[in-house]
Amino acid sequence: MALGDLSSSSTSELHVLAVDDSIVDRKVIERLLRISACKVTTVESGTRALQYLGLDGDKGSSGLKDLKVNLIVTDYSMPGLTGYELLKKIKESSAFREIPVVIMSSENIQPRIEQCMTEGAEDFLLKPVKLADVKRLKELIMRGGEAEQEKTSNLISSPKRILQNNIFFFFIIFFIITIIVIFIV
Amino acid sequence: MDTLVAQLQRQFRDYTISLYHQGFLDDQFTELKKLQDECSPDFVAEVVSLFFEDCEKLIGNMARALDQTGNVDFSLVGSSVHQLKGSSSSVGAKRVKGLCVTFKECCDSQNFEGCVRCLQQVDIEYKSLKAKLQDLFNLEQQIVQAGGRIPQVDI
Repeated sequence: MALGDLSSSSTSELHVLAVDDSIVDRKVIERLLRISACKVTTVESGTRALQYLGLDGDKGSSGLKDLKVNLIVTDYSMPGLTGYELLKKIKESSAFREIPVVIMSSENIQPRIEQCMTEGAEDFLLKPVKLADVKRLKELIMRGGEAEQEKTSNLISSPKRILQNNIFFFFIIFFIITIIVIFIV
Repeated sequence: MDTLVAQLQRQFRDYTISLYHQGFLDDQFTELKKLQDECSPDFVAEVVSLFFEDCEKLIGNMARALDQTGNVDFSLVGSSVHQLKGSSSSVGAKRVKGLCVTFKECCDSQNFEGCVRCLQQVDIEYKSLKAKLQDLFNLEQQIVQAGGRIPQVDI
């Protein structure tokens, strides 16, 4: 499995944190994500997820910023911290609130789904999760990432573009003046 | 006359189809097979192995909870049933999952006899599936040892 990881390293590889108390579901979601060319870290509880992210109040460690988690996928019903509570904690944190969080549940309970979406969940997946679900999710996240990249690259290049536009403008004026001079002479 | 490989492949195909038709497996098992490849050739066997270990553990929890005569914590039993329902759903263990639905109803209505009956049935059912899947994996091994490829079975 480690070899699988090494062979799928690309700059666009997502790092997903998967949270589920069921060992069977952790194994399945991990494989679903790996086969979709994602790097995966699995933890068995909301508490462990917070520890991993450095949000457990322990030194409030920002030394873990190199973690670079691109997506969090969590089960809803877990003992201790539920997926919903985990979602809230992530959205409350300045360091991680931008990370998309997806909730998984075996129960299709409309009020639960709405509650999670209102709290800022990116999506709500019904278990059992299928390959098609993960592929769709990955596309959604990657598109979101590309849109972010485009936005920043537009902002960065606009001063450059203004300069380029100015240079072009001056060149036109110079050309026109040259033509006029030639006519006069 | 059929070669050994062809015979084994036909056996494998027929056995797989029967497991689906008899309701032991559903399309989530098919989904798991999609996740198996040269990088992860034993993925399905590994997942079902984890599932059967999970069954043993959870059934043990349920049995212990139901053993507390006069003081049964039905919510505890119910929570183990919920977990078992989840993992059986994730591997495509259709009959086990179906029994869990009934079992959960008995827990919710605090029906002790119903719970005991369901527990016995779930125990029998997971062991039966375990034996059948072992036979299926054995067939796969025999095909590979005889130099053949495991056929793709469309249900």
